[in-house]
Amino acid sequence: MSFEQSPILILAIPLLTALAISLFCQRHDRFAYVLLVLAMAGSFVAALLTMITVVQSGAAIHYRLGDWPPPFGIELVIDHLNALVLTMVSGCALLTAVYSLRSVREESGDRIAHYYTLFGLLIAGLLGMVATGDAFNLYVLLEISALSSYAMLARGRGYAYYATFKYIIMGTIGACFYLLGVGYLYIKTGTLNMADLSDILSTAEMHESVSIRIGFILIIVGIWIKMALFPLHGWLPNAYTRAADTTSCLIAPLMTKVSVYIMIRLMFSVFSVDYVFRTIPWHEAVVWLATAAIVAGSISALAQRNLKKMLTYIIVAEVGYMVGGVWLANRSGLTGAVYHILSDALMTLCLFMAVSAIIFKTGKTGFDAMENIFRKMPVTSVVFVVGAFAIIGIPPTCGFFSKWFLIRGGIEAGQWGFVAALLFSSLISAVIFFRLIEIAYFGSFETHGRREVARAEAPVSMIIPMVCVAAALILIGIYTNEIVSGLIRWSLPAGL
Amino acid sequence: MLIWPPAGIWTRASEMNELLALIIGKSNYWAALILLLIGLYGMIAKNNLLKKIIGMSIFQSAIILFYVSIGDKRGATIPILEHGHGPEAEQVIQAAHYANPLPHVLMLTAIVVGVSTLGVALAIIQKIYRVHGTIEEDEILESIDE
Repeated sequence: MSFEQSPILILAIPLLTALAISLFCQRHDRFAYVLLVLAMAGSFVAALLTMITVVQSGAAIHYRLGDWPPPFGIELVIDHLNALVLTMVSGCALLTAVYSLRSVREESGDRIAHYYTLFGLLIAGLLGMVATGDAFNLYVLLEISALSSYAMLARGRGYAYYATFKYIIMGTIGACFYLLGVGYLYIKTGTLNMADLSDILSTAEMHESVSIRIGFILIIVGIWIKMALFPLHGWLPNAYTRAADTTSCLIAPLMTKVSVYIMIRLMFSVFSVDYVFRTIPWHEAVVWLATAAIVAGSISALAQRNLKKMLTYIIVAEVGYMVGGVWLANRSGLTGAVYHILSDALMTLCLFMAVSAIIFKTGKTGFDAMENIFRKMPVTSVVFVVGAFAIIGIPPTCGFFSKWFLIRGGIEAGQWGFVAALLFSSLISAVIFFRLIEIAYFGSFETHGRREVARAEAPVSMIIPMVCVAAALILIGIYTNEIVSGLIRWSLPAGL
Repeated sequence: MLIWPPAGIWTRASEMNELLALIIGKSNYWAALILLLIGLYGMIAKNNLLKKIIGMSIFQSAIILFYVSIGDKRGATIPILEHGHGPEAEQVIQAAHYANPLPHVLMLTAIVVGVSTLGVALAIIQKIYRVHGTIEEDEILESIDE
């Protein structure tokens, strides 16, 4: 049996399902849920089949849309790198879709079909961004996912509308910078296909060109705004904290990670290693920026008393890990960054799911929600602890191995500031999470010694995906070697 | 011995001419740049949320105009083949005779994106007004602090 249509199915299934949900499911909430879960499962299976095909053949799949040949038509290009990211995105989306059964009904009430339509569109946009081989198509899909995320984030608590408005402004500036940068590249090269751009840009004349350099800067800064790299991160913590819990579970792990992937893709598949690290000698400055992001994110996380806000600042720090890893300009650093895209998405998802379940059951958002959680919600608290261990970097969770690669890359590049920031950030996360685990296990000072706490576990629809993610964190940690040698080694660009 | 004109004025004049040529010859880029900066200023510096949105719209339009202007050529016509059928269709088509349609087509998509962003942003401003009773940013921040 051949899977030659699987690349397009990965993104066509969520897109068409979103349409179907909005047309037919306005009065059938449960049907909308089933349809969404089926669509995400279909997309995940298609991504998995594509990944298997890529690994077996060892070559990238080029899927021509409408059979128009590449520089003129749009093509989907799936190689080892984005096969991994596609599987990760569709897997996280599937688990969040299953998770959403109870929480969405509470958050969105009568608008469940609308919510699921946006869910499908967001995932279609994210998967499309990862799969596409065309610079302008990337912009369109970026905006599709951004627009659906604006609408989803706005439905939250407190001043979610204002936080989302800030995000719209920043997100639009980011996307427009990217579009302007693509315009510069188009003026100089006359093409938008990534492989074609890469061929034309590899000449010495293009390496010298000021226009190309400005285009490169605009594109990279645009993506940095989108991924909330310090000091462009101002929009992220409030927007993600105020959003409804299911929305945070879906958007927080995926949006920033996909932006990091886009940065890697453009740096190495459109521009080249030579151009990014040798012609423009700025990578050390960017690593320092990433170091600042890690330190600032960690310290801000330490200062928070709101569970979700604390997690969002950890995301800001984690973005620093990945950007730093990519710009270390060596193989270990990039391996760590790519591996961290996978592991960080899962550990963020794990923590957000656990915290959302705790908020769902207790109705509190501060640290006091954690009191006596081990007795009230034993499974959820174990999941939370696994996620916390992954963020701190305790083996055998995957967080340990991504830090291992990143620190090795930092030492090879001689970037001691970055190495110190990684260790510092691990210490801070240890402080944050052990304090939470202490509250969870012993309760706060006032309630100390009170033993009668009723069991109130999260519903099964939440438990199953949470346990899957926690198991995945450990499994990916154990199979690190296979993932790195089977997928990530292949995706490192030549000449690095 | 000449006292007037002082030495060097002619070279300065030719620099002036170069500058003029830079401004006039690339007027489309300058126009886009000025609009871009006006839009960016509006988005960042204005206090009223609606004015921010107007800035955003100007910012996006600047990029659209930038793209549209790069597709144009001197003396070129719209990119529709004049002789589509029959034996004349065989003649060689000179790309230089036609404006480049690709940037224009791209901008159709960008316009759609801009309109949708504007729509979502306006809907959210309406919601902000219902929640906070104002669309001035400083007043919203005050009401959040309380």
